[in-house]
Amino acid sequence: MFYIYCPYCGEHREEEEFHNHGQAHIERPADPDSCTDEEWGNYMFFRKSPKGLHHEIWDHVAGCRKFFNVTRDTVTYEIKEVYKMGEQPKVVAE
Amino acid sequence: MQQYSGFGLLKHSLSHHENWQRVWRNPTPKKKYDVIIVGGGGHGLATAYYLAKQFGVTNVAVIEKGYLGGGNTARNTTIVRSNYLWDESAHLYEHAMKLWEGLSQDLNYNVMFSQRGCLNLGHTLQDMRDIERRVNANRLNGIDGEVLDAKQVSEIVPILDCSDNARYPVMGASWQPRAGVARHDAVAWGFARGADMHGVDLIQQTEVTDFIIEDGTVTGVKTDRYGDIMADKVGCVVAGHSSVMAAKAGFELPLESHPLQALVSEPIKPILDTVVMSNHVHGYASQSDKGDLVIGAGIDSYVGYGQRGSYPTIEHTVQAIVEMFPIFSRVRMNRQWGGIVDTCPDACPIISKTPVKNLFFNCGWGTGGFKATPGSGNVFAASLAKGEMHEMAEPFSMFRFHNGALIDEHGAAGVAH
Repeated sequence: MFYIYCPYCGEHREEEEFHNHGQAHIERPADPDSCTDEEWGNYMFFRKSPKGLHHEIWDHVAGCRKFFNVTRDTVTYEIKEVYKMGEQPKVVAE
Repeated sequence: MQQYSGFGLLKHSLSHHENWQRVWRNPTPKKKYDVIIVGGGGHGLATAYYLAKQFGVTNVAVIEKGYLGGGNTARNTTIVRSNYLWDESAHLYEHAMKLWEGLSQDLNYNVMFSQRGCLNLGHTLQDMRDIERRVNANRLNGIDGEVLDAKQVSEIVPILDCSDNARYPVMGASWQPRAGVARHDAVAWGFARGADMHGVDLIQQTEVTDFIIEDGTVTGVKTDRYGDIMADKVGCVVAGHSSVMAAKAGFELPLESHPLQALVSEPIKPILDTVVMSNHVHGYASQSDKGDLVIGAGIDSYVGYGQRGSYPTIEHTVQAIVEMFPIFSRVRMNRQWGGIVDTCPDACPIISKTPVKNLFFNCGWGTGGFKATPGSGNVFAASLAKGEMHEMAEPFSMFRFHNGALIDEHGAAGVAH
């Protein structure tokens, strides 16, 4: 059971209040029409699945309903940091 | 290697069963093999078995980090069925089903394959439309299937709550009589024994730490225990760790690894003689020969390699089971565990060549790989032996995510496992 800090509510809440939305910091190609099939496929389907540090989006669905980012270890499940949308992670994999 | 038989059992009983041969050797690896299989789970062992037996490639090693069949093969809910919607996947899973039907005889090892049928319940009008479509598609592909109404369902499973008072009343189901369950460990052991019998080296407790790649062609693997081992071809069948291995080979896969949990109850007397699955309420259950209820549901939503699941997911799973089977509400759960499943965006596997020459990947089976074990091994072995993908594996190329030829089995297949 995760105990997640919501940076907007300013409180720790239980995992069940949140939804995970997968990898964070995915940028939609600025001009999709000029993408090659490979670039578009990579954007659509290819996700990082690291064994170790992972940056991911969580959504406080049963609370403030805002999205935010979490850096989490996918082996120990330890949450290293929580940061708002638009911000960059401080804890990054080497 | 000794053959197993009733007579053999009788003979060995005279010596108090103390003189059985070891089931497989524990060899030191050679310097070079024709084919190295990375990963000694069900799919990897099946691949090695069919390579040696059917395709005559016997200079093969299976390299396993832990022990044989210790990953997802030992952690699934053992359901076998082939009622998938799309032609590509239906052919593949039906190929597996046909192999299942003769597997115990073929392996001379009892995999306890029991064709007790599988119900995929429908709880909404849309569920029933999807079921009708899928059953019709199955029949066109030569796969058995029937659409049942709620009354017929309750005749098959009297303990299922088919009343109108249920939160999500059962409206009907698809029924595949040839579906069933198998003993998961026995499948791994049977394939391991068969592969070993045909000369395959099973190397346990040896981790493949990297691939040896020269000019874009794989020539071997690095291991932590035996150093470099060379090979003409390498097949990587590592399920949850496929993304990690692909990164070592220098490319990415469209996979995310998630924990998938299952649980078993205390053993109870025979009460459920078939497999019941529900997408809508989201749970599935069967009863093992030992008597415990084998229960599973969805994956944890986040990426994880922890081989343990989250508590809310267990709660949802058990809620679904009690919703369907009120009679189980007092049954206590005995054990719970998690496996790491490599899920693919279109809920179909990847059996494919890769950007690295002579390196093949068989992965992405997600939550439903067990049922495909013999079929997956068979077509992967055919592909490795020839160096070209088997026609049944062809549609499952990893490059489909670039050319758009996805096989969308989400929901359509009744994808709960």
